[in-house]
Amino acid sequence: MNRRLSPFILTMLCLGFAFLYVPIILMVVYSFNASRLVTVWDSVHSPTLKWYVELMSNGEVLEAARLSFKVAALNATGSTILGTLAAFCLVRFGKFRGRSLFVGLTTAPMVLPEVITGLSMLLVFVAMEQVIGWPAGRGATTITIAHMTFCLAYVTVVVQARLSTFDRSLEEAALDLGARPAKVFFVITLPIIAPSVVSGWLLAFILSWDDLVITSFVSGPGSTTLPQLIFSKVRLGVSPDINALATLLVLTVTIAVIGVGLALQRRERRLVLEAEEAREVPA
Amino acid sequence: MSTGSSDLGRGWSRLQVGRRLVLGVPYLWLCLFFLVPLVIVFGISFSTPKIAMPPIEPLVSYGADRVLQLRLYLSNYTFIAQDSLYVAAFANSLKVAFVSTVLALLLGYPMAYGIARAPRNWRSVLFLLVVLPFFTSFLLRVYAWIGLLSRAGPINTVLLKLGIIHEPLVMLQTDFAVYLGMVYSYLPFMVLPLYSAIEKLDPSLLEAAADLGCRPIKAFFRVTLPLTSEGILAGCLLVFIPSVGEYVIPAVLGGPGTLMIGRVLWEEFFNNRDWPLASAVAVLLLLLLVGFIVVLQRVQAREPASE
Amino acid sequence: MPPYVRIDRVTKRFGSQAAVNDVSLDITKGEIFCLLGASGCGKTTLLRMLAGFETPSTGQIWIDGVDVTHVPPYERPVNMMFQSYALFPHLTVENNVAFGLRQDGLPAGEIRDRVAEMLAMVELKGYERRRPHQLSGGQRQRVALARALVKRPKLLLLDEPLGALDRKLRERTQFELVSIQERLGVTFVIVTHDQEEAMTLATRIGVMSAGEILQVGAPTEVYEYPNSRFVADFIGSVNLFEGRLLDDEPDHVRIECTELGYPIYVDHGISSSPDAKVSVALRPEKISLSRETPAAVPGRQPENIAAGMVTDVAYLGEVSRYLITLDGGRKVRVSQPNLHRHAERIGWDERVWLSWEPSAPVVLTQ
Repeated sequence: MNRRLSPFILTMLCLGFAFLYVPIILMVVYSFNASRLVTVWDSVHSPTLKWYVELMSNGEVLEAARLSFKVAALNATGSTILGTLAAFCLVRFGKFRGRSLFVGLTTAPMVLPEVITGLSMLLVFVAMEQVIGWPAGRGATTITIAHMTFCLAYVTVVVQARLSTFDRSLEEAALDLGARPAKVFFVITLPIIAPSVVSGWLLAFILSWDDLVITSFVSGPGSTTLPQLIFSKVRLGVSPDINALATLLVLTVTIAVIGVGLALQRRERRLVLEAEEAREVPA
Repeated sequence: MSTGSSDLGRGWSRLQVGRRLVLGVPYLWLCLFFLVPLVIVFGISFSTPKIAMPPIEPLVSYGADRVLQLRLYLSNYTFIAQDSLYVAAFANSLKVAFVSTVLALLLGYPMAYGIARAPRNWRSVLFLLVVLPFFTSFLLRVYAWIGLLSRAGPINTVLLKLGIIHEPLVMLQTDFAVYLGMVYSYLPFMVLPLYSAIEKLDPSLLEAAADLGCRPIKAFFRVTLPLTSEGILAGCLLVFIPSVGEYVIPAVLGGPGTLMIGRVLWEEFFNNRDWPLASAVAVLLLLLLVGFIVVLQRVQAREPASE
Repeated sequence: MPPYVRIDRVTKRFGSQAAVNDVSLDITKGEIFCLLGASGCGKTTLLRMLAGFETPSTGQIWIDGVDVTHVPPYERPVNMMFQSYALFPHLTVENNVAFGLRQDGLPAGEIRDRVAEMLAMVELKGYERRRPHQLSGGQRQRVALARALVKRPKLLLLDEPLGALDRKLRERTQFELVSIQERLGVTFVIVTHDQEEAMTLATRIGVMSAGEILQVGAPTEVYEYPNSRFVADFIGSVNLFEGRLLDDEPDHVRIECTELGYPIYVDHGISSSPDAKVSVALRPEKISLSRETPAAVPGRQPENIAAGMVTDVAYLGEVSRYLITLDGGRKVRVSQPNLHRHAERIGWDERVWLSWEPSAPVVLTQ
């Protein structure tokens, strides 16, 4: 459409995006500020990389980042497997006994306040430890299990959306040509829905990497994730090394998201182009 | 390729076993780690604290005469009902969530409209810009406001220099900061469903309205708004529901007086180590949200019938 | 010789609805059998039961002497060409065609040879490395055919094989399909809602409605001798008249028809009691129009004629279609070949006589 946007809409767009981005940009700028008083710009010694250097030598931060990464990767893999299975059941199995409960269980974790999810998870871990002796204490294992449970729901939604537009006759064609159901899933279904599975994995990774509330309930002494560490520092006020850390995290995610976005766009364009070429050649 | 009659149906029965397995794994997982925990929370909300690990009085125990006893305490619920702090926290959570939702809608609708009506090659860029904050750390985005709102922060500095104020404003640790943080954090959740609803809208409908003599403003209220009502509802729910139970924003940006139910639950659990009371708060919060969603579904179900 | 495919009293219910109701059907080896019917008549469900995607609620299906009723699709000697073609978008043309052979674990060399041979047959040499989205509609259709045929199935099922092609391509492909079938000798079962497609492709047609097969026969048989009002009406265009049997001899029948104003004389006998109510089907192309009163057979009352006014004419090139309103008010469709370029054609509001041969009407007692 070529119609011009009205001045009101244009103003609101600018205001909205300024609102979304000014705080982040300022945080990035202040991460290069030499002064320890974060809000005062030390124009003599700035910009400086000293907070980044300090960050890289901070063992506590590195340890927390390592744990967060481990939990996020394990969780993403686990919840992607479970979520893909769940989505497959919801789309392919039609009506089965207990379906409505299953639908509820796969959507509720997204709606439930995190404080409730966290509390209930902790209580079940405590109960399980009393009854079967596992998991002994709380740490990376319990954090991963808790994250998997709520991330599973998000993966299910993403994969389910793709599967419900999936041409079912592709699977039937593979069955018809002699492939067994399990093989059909791995050779036909999975490769075709792969982009949504990968998005599900990334989403689960990010959700887990970011999570503070649920983690705080189910983590034990000695297992501090990056968000927990940041939170404990944030409660004491602004500190320049958090600005530096935040900048690193924001930049990484931004580059990753833009990269994925561009790759998808290019792929889309190539497919359209190739399809147009095919149409020009007479059959 | 051909099959003898001896293994009639062998493949089909194996298929049934496979189906059970595929369904069973995620189903069991969710029951064990989602459904059962909620039941346990419900159970423990009828218990009382005790100094032990875990700090709970078991509901089921052997009495002195070796008889299995089930003891349920209603004390948590009566305590919550009688203590004005909890009632106020529930009321304040609803108020904060409601106001934040309305503010997010007022800002989000024009934004979504602008993105949906922007030139095609701009649209995907703007869309990405709305999604991007969703992928960056929630905690850090809330944290970014601390610097901005502080006494010597950029906002106060600019306002002082412009001569609009003479004393730095106290913004941090106020309800204002909490509203700001809520709208800021949940704005993308509002914009996304609105955007997809507005984008689906056929622009020729507005042209038809104009052709029939309807002025743009009127056409917006008569055509655009009703046709995007589903997007509005979805956006409002996506902002309202997580706002009610929010913990991080009031904890980071709010003052000690900012009572919100998520924060109360957190403090009962971590600071007072009163697990049963925290469970009772969780049960009430859950009932509140479930009730809210049920009412909403009722209203939605009634609407098409009345038309 | 026992039938190659035997469908024995098969019923398929979805909930309380019977999509296929007590259908029995024999198909012989090497034929092209068309299931023809409107959408929702159960033809696709029947095809899917042959493929193994649905299991009959009751009844049995036999293929080449083996009961396959409960055999899953991946163990059946049957392949299917899907309406949407269902080409795997992530595989090349070559790998799409080779997919079925790989499932059987054939040696790589043999797979290569058979795929190449098949692609040559459907004239797609040089397209091996393309992906489905890089092909035109006609090319996709041929890949789908090659993929289904390469396993040399005992039975090939085709679901609306030409439905997605445009008209020109469809006509060409019809003949290609028949020639490939003749060369390979595979038995085809085709599902279609397009009667023209069924007439050109099929050796036999089964007309389906509401889950039942109404008539099975060669294309000429179902067209010239429909056994029910439904079949007569569904295949081609037809005028149906209600009447009462006057005399019922072994070599002819005479039917009183108030709508026409004259009796109908049919030169073959039927088995029905006198005075019975019957329907008579008369194809539009079997009626002649003239401005003069047709001469009656000497010694007999005038019969097989009617008089009316032309209310509508459509000139279609090869034929002209007329709508005639009879004196009694009944409207009749007539089509006349345009044999002469300069003929003075019958036009609007002319008074005309209709007449037909005694062999033209078909008496329907159902």
